[in-house]
Amino acid sequence: MTISVDCAPPASAPQQHKEWLEDVALFEKQNPNITVNSIFENPCEVPASFTAMLKAGNEPNVFYTYFTDRNQVLDAGQAADITSYVNAKTVPALKDIVPTALAAVTAGKTLYGLPTVNYTQGLIINRVLFKQAGLNPDQPPTTWAEVEQDAKAITKLGHGIFGYGDYSAGNNGGWHFSSEIDAEGGHMINSAGTGAAFNSDEGKAVLQALHQMRFVDHSMSPTQQLAWGTLQKQMAANKLGMYIAAPDDIYNVIVPQDGGNINDYGMGPLPSTSGTPAGSLSGGNDYMFAKRDTPAQIEAGIKWLVFENLTPGVGFYNYARQKADGFPVGFPEPQMFTGATEAKQQQLMTKSATVNPAYFSTFASAHELAMGEPADAQAVYKTLDPVMLEVLTNPNANISQLLSTATGQVNQILANSG
Amino acid sequence: MADLATLRKPAALSPARSRAGDRLAARARRNVSAHGFLIGAVLCFGFFSWYPICREIVMSFQKSRLGVTSWAGLSNYERIFRDPTFWTAWKNTLEFTVLALIIGYAVPFFVAILLNELRHAKGYLRCLVYLPVMLPPTSALLLFAYFYDPSYGLFNDVLRHLHLPVSQWVQSPGTGLPSMAMISVVIAATWMNMGGATLIYLAALQNIPGELYDAAELDGAGLFRKIRHVTIPQTRLILSMLLLLQIVATMQMFVEAFILTNGGAGVNNNTLSVVNLIYQYAFALSGASNYNSASALGVVLMLVLAVFSGGYLWLTRQTDR
Repeated sequence: MTISVDCAPPASAPQQHKEWLEDVALFEKQNPNITVNSIFENPCEVPASFTAMLKAGNEPNVFYTYFTDRNQVLDAGQAADITSYVNAKTVPALKDIVPTALAAVTAGKTLYGLPTVNYTQGLIINRVLFKQAGLNPDQPPTTWAEVEQDAKAITKLGHGIFGYGDYSAGNNGGWHFSSEIDAEGGHMINSAGTGAAFNSDEGKAVLQALHQMRFVDHSMSPTQQLAWGTLQKQMAANKLGMYIAAPDDIYNVIVPQDGGNINDYGMGPLPSTSGTPAGSLSGGNDYMFAKRDTPAQIEAGIKWLVFENLTPGVGFYNYARQKADGFPVGFPEPQMFTGATEAKQQQLMTKSATVNPAYFSTFASAHELAMGEPADAQAVYKTLDPVMLEVLTNPNANISQLLSTATGQVNQILANSG
Repeated sequence: MADLATLRKPAALSPARSRAGDRLAARARRNVSAHGFLIGAVLCFGFFSWYPICREIVMSFQKSRLGVTSWAGLSNYERIFRDPTFWTAWKNTLEFTVLALIIGYAVPFFVAILLNELRHAKGYLRCLVYLPVMLPPTSALLLFAYFYDPSYGLFNDVLRHLHLPVSQWVQSPGTGLPSMAMISVVIAATWMNMGGATLIYLAALQNIPGELYDAAELDGAGLFRKIRHVTIPQTRLILSMLLLLQIVATMQMFVEAFILTNGGAGVNNNTLSVVNLIYQYAFALSGASNYNSASALGVVLMLVLAVFSGGYLWLTRQTDR
């Protein structure tokens, strides 16, 4: 029996491609009745194509989705119910998977997929620029006031270097605002999920800090309207001091794609007014199962995901192989497990670590509380993009007015989707 | 026997009817090949234009939840009319259309006149004018995205060297009429598209008999009077057709603002167009994506353009009479 699985690393990423092929070969050897038909692609999901794929109903048997896609997949009627197939026997690490990750693929009491990556965000810093600016890279800033101060010092280096960067396009502006407001202790949506809650002191504090850096300190670039992928390039080119991201930006993008040096980066917790983040937007991705899958295909798909993504020491968690292949090992991500599974994963990772853990210690020790993404996350993020953009491009931006307008729009989105 | 002969030769009943039948048969034979050629085009239009149009109209009255599609009455239309960005998108689209007419319609016409008047390097210059049309739109727009970059862009570099104030170009926050952001989009769009219109104008200009200009010159007409009294009346048909095509095309502006604003809609939505809003409804709001609302907005745009085109053609015919 054959199962098609997408998000396989293409040949343009030779090491990841090689490891995937090795894993498929080993898995098929262990399960001679299963053939994995890999669909090679990068990026794993392009939202517009993904939506079209759902409408056409031609997704692979086991398909990659972001945590924010669940409602869309369910609305399209394309997800198979896998609740009865998942238990401690078929997914041995089940009880140790972090609850927020499992919640992302659950609706009511029905399970529609298995999570594979879970993360919280922090502040990625450029250690080289910190040193050049006379700052201590082992003590990344934790408050917005410290971020502003350090960003000014880094910007003084000149040569087109800016201290801080943030997104304001491609839904990424709203996404980052969401994480930043979580760190402040605020909320994007009220607890009932019926209305926007970001027009608050916490929301204003975040936007005020960004506006201050952009137009008073001039420690952010006049070039804005940036979406995901741009700040990583600036970081790799040593033109940017700090920005917010999950650790995988370093080992998946900045180093392998943009040519950065693995030892030039470190991480602190998300900035907040108090210096102790109240939480962080958690995000991640998962695999769901096509509605048309046969029971045998669902069982085979679960077997594959357990092998590739949910077992320490195997597949994605084969740290010894990653080290041998020259991948950096030792980043505090993905934060998928708790309990005994997490202990085993940490033990294996530490054994093969090639990254200095001290560079990430303040991020790891902050133990940021993972907050789930808001209802209708992408629509909410999309609405907040123009707010971020105006704050970063208009010296006279009226923050209260912007948040008030966005509140009305988000309330309407929530009302329409209810 | 006589009866049988009559039965065998019914056409002999009337020579006139026989000739009419032959003509009909000949016409049918001729039409078979014509219809044969036509059927390909009809199928293409049917599958790729008419069916999607009908489907769009149907979908605009439906909703889809949990894989179940049901009738939704006018709720999709209510939703789009309630959306505050709906009116912003229409305002911006009209702004783009007017600016594109002022800049994008007039510039190619005068460039064509200039090229027509030239005595040397005609072919070279025609090629140069048409070159941007041959660039893939995305490449051309990415080039302009670099030109417009507020920090490292070419335009601001030039302004700095001339000691003039720099601009944020497409990232300008203003929403007034016209906004700097929209002017930036129109400049890029004009540069990309003017080659095609210029060549069409040039072809029309070259069809104007030279004697008309000679006669005008004898009457003492200068360059502008020749343009006004000879060139414009002689190219009126082409001008009015291109005007219609340009308005219909500019009302569907999407890729220009989409690329220049990195998939967004400008500061304070100041470059959000109607088609961009359709795209956002359908694709960008993953999780709340709504093909049905996108269809409703598509139908509204189609109706507006249909009414405009009909009205325009009617008006043109009235004027011609």
